[in-house]
Amino acid sequence: MTTSAETPTAAVTLKSRHLLGIDGLEADEISLILDTAEAMKEIGGRAIKKVPTLRGRTVVNLFFEPSTRTRTSFEIAEKRLSADTLSIATATSSVTKGESLLDTVRNIEAMSPDMIVMRHSSSGAPHLLARMCRSTIINAGDGMHEHPTQALLDAFTIREHKRRLAGLKIAIVGDLMHSRVLRSNVALLNTMRANVWACAPATLMPSHIAEFGVHATTSVDEAVEGADVVMMLRIQHERMHGHYIPSVREYFTLFGLTPERMRRAAADAIVMHPGPMNRGVEIDSAVADGPFSVILEQVSNGVAVRMAVLYLLSGRDSMDPLDVH
Amino acid sequence: MALVMDADRMARALTRMAHEILERNRGLDEIALVGIRTRGVPLARRISRSLHEINGDDVPTGALDITLYRDDLMRHPVGPQPVVRRTEIPFSIDSRKILLVDDVLYTGRTIRAALDALIDFGRPQAIQLVVLVDRGHRELPIKADYVGKNLPTSLKQSVQVHLQEIDGKDEVLIEGEA
Repeated sequence: MTTSAETPTAAVTLKSRHLLGIDGLEADEISLILDTAEAMKEIGGRAIKKVPTLRGRTVVNLFFEPSTRTRTSFEIAEKRLSADTLSIATATSSVTKGESLLDTVRNIEAMSPDMIVMRHSSSGAPHLLARMCRSTIINAGDGMHEHPTQALLDAFTIREHKRRLAGLKIAIVGDLMHSRVLRSNVALLNTMRANVWACAPATLMPSHIAEFGVHATTSVDEAVEGADVVMMLRIQHERMHGHYIPSVREYFTLFGLTPERMRRAAADAIVMHPGPMNRGVEIDSAVADGPFSVILEQVSNGVAVRMAVLYLLSGRDSMDPLDVH
Repeated sequence: MALVMDADRMARALTRMAHEILERNRGLDEIALVGIRTRGVPLARRISRSLHEINGDDVPTGALDITLYRDDLMRHPVGPQPVVRRTEIPFSIDSRKILLVDDVLYTGRTIRAALDALIDFGRPQAIQLVVLVDRGHRELPIKADYVGKNLPTSLKQSVQVHLQEIDGKDEVLIEGEA
């Protein structure tokens, strides 16, 4: 059915105008984002890597925590969609002068951005802003809570290699307790009916892991056995306030992903890492740079996935007249 | 709903247009077909097949999604975004004559978006427009070079093109009062 005047619209759409987490997204919403990302990926291969879609839209990247990969990736995605972007790193902002989060954001909002991409060390910070702000909020990582675009780009990368998510054995190994990547990935992979195995030393296992709906284990060999995907997580020294592991060397011996351990995985398994990697801590260089590794593909795919998110959320802007005081 | 073109007449219209393309361009050197998603893509493939049958040459054929170039994208206050599909142009369009293919030519806005999109891929020698149905009511100064059927319509009517590859049947229908 078509006339050239008709507007083809998605069978599904994103229900929220923010992306705060994977939790709450339904399977068809996740599929919509991943399908859209496939189309966006082609743009990155063109001579002119730019489409006019978000012309005249302003996106502010507000990073209260250090980030290279995620911030660069969002910035490139925004520029490829022709949005006007600016990035604020807190080291150079008024935050260092003691301004509160809400005041910082209210001042930015007074300049009428359309979207705010935000990273913050406090879990729930973007949720707070979403309640207080007119702009669309995209969570680029909040504390130990969620990192939704990371889980989406991971899923996109898995889907490119395996053509599906349902039924795959996916082992997630590392510092599970401090990981927002784990939480977002578990929410996504469970919704898409993958089989998630979570592996960490007992000290780095979240106390409520039973509620995650995953197979929890402290044995790497058990987690990696027959796995289609092995996802390694970083040891987050900066979030550890206390002794969680006896030594880096012991951790590597017991939990590090080595070529020997990878032999237990499926013959066509892929190895993933959200970065930044600690070589020789959670992953052996021979694996990180080896034939199973798709770690740099994850980075490339991040741009396409973030373009998809920006595009899909931009239609959901509230165009309510601003109440100017 | 009135049938204005059946499978047989559609096939003949496409073959006729293939002949016109050959005649106007004096051969197929430097020619490539680009179909606009959704239904322009199978139409472009069919024209490519016709050209091959007539002349023996293989004409490169691509698919263009114009969603990200639409002029009405950000104008709906709240609503679902149109689905974006993959653009596949696996050849250089530089210095080629591009035949842009769509099913229905109406306001011309889709074609405007397609021209912008194409030019992001390079600098073609020329772009020509091929449409199965021209239903009139242009809102932009755009004209087709090859038309399968001129179909006078009123603004209240809608034209529906069904194709075997997508809808299981070849036909053009017109719906609503004149």
